[in-house]
Amino acid sequence: MSDRPAPARRPGELSFEGRRRLFLAGAAVLGGLMLWGLGGLPDFDSFTPLYGQVINHVGVQETSATAAVSAVNFDYRGFDTLGEEFILFAAVLVLALLLRRLGEEHTTPLRKDPRRAHTTSAAVRLTCYMLVGPTVLLAIYITGHGHLTPGGGFQGGVIAATALLLVYLGSDYPTMQRLRPLSLVETAKAGGALGFVLIGLGGLIASGSYLQNFLPLGEPGELVAAGTIPLLSIAVGIEVSGGFVLLLSEFLDQLLVIKRKRDTAA
Amino acid sequence: MTAVQLVALLLVALGAAATVAARDPVRQAVVVSLYGLTLGILFFAFQAPDVALSNIVIGAVALPTMIMLAIAKTRQ
Repeated sequence: MSDRPAPARRPGELSFEGRRRLFLAGAAVLGGLMLWGLGGLPDFDSFTPLYGQVINHVGVQETSATAAVSAVNFDYRGFDTLGEEFILFAAVLVLALLLRRLGEEHTTPLRKDPRRAHTTSAAVRLTCYMLVGPTVLLAIYITGHGHLTPGGGFQGGVIAATALLLVYLGSDYPTMQRLRPLSLVETAKAGGALGFVLIGLGGLIASGSYLQNFLPLGEPGELVAAGTIPLLSIAVGIEVSGGFVLLLSEFLDQLLVIKRKRDTAA
Repeated sequence: MTAVQLVALLLVALGAAATVAARDPVRQAVVVSLYGLTLGILFFAFQAPDVALSNIVIGAVALPTMIMLAIAKTRQ
């Protein structure tokens, strides 16, 4: 690395040596703070947090959800999850804005290029096709059983988006495009976020506080139980799957459809 | 600490080192995918299956895909 000629510096830019000094100073401060923080941590296997103990004791009676993490995410700390949903919402929105078609770019029609056809082997394609169905089923299972077993809307939503990635790997982009009409994906993303907000408003109307679990709780361990928790999980699942499909589509569009004008002019 | 936890920790250390050692970005994207999988195993071994599920999908699938697509775009 060191024998490579140094790139020309613009005025005001730090030299390599200056950057290294800045990095070492920053790393020393960060490292010191991290060591200080590590020193204050409880010993391994000896930490018994009060909050966790309380949730373990009252969580199942209060929410009928056997998955304590989901009970925290969608009930006790439901408002935090609302914030997280909108972080993802805003992130995907900004990504779509950044990866839009610019003035100097144009879209190219996706024509069948004989040189690029069948670049994936039949074994890969078959494996992808066989995995699509089970992946979608797993996504529905993980989302719908969020209140019973580990998992929930976020995990299920991302798994659902990977099913579409499998379709792309096993076939081609036009096939994937047909399977994900963008207007539907955008509606799912926005609708999921709206669903979360509306379920929260339902709690405000029925019980006087936002995101209060206002529906009948049922029996712990039943599929239809735990009140609003599975509904919120499904809303998150729809939003997250829409968000990640949109993310994937924007990246693939950049790669396959959107070209700079000077690249294709020749 | 159980043997499973110890093995998971070692796997993560190995995966992280391998990610840094891989210099070619395309290979790095594949190695970081395996690293995401080992992190998922680690979270599972330390009784955090929710986080494990998230990390296996994000760290082992979504992140390498984004890296691959970004590399492919820059090489056009």
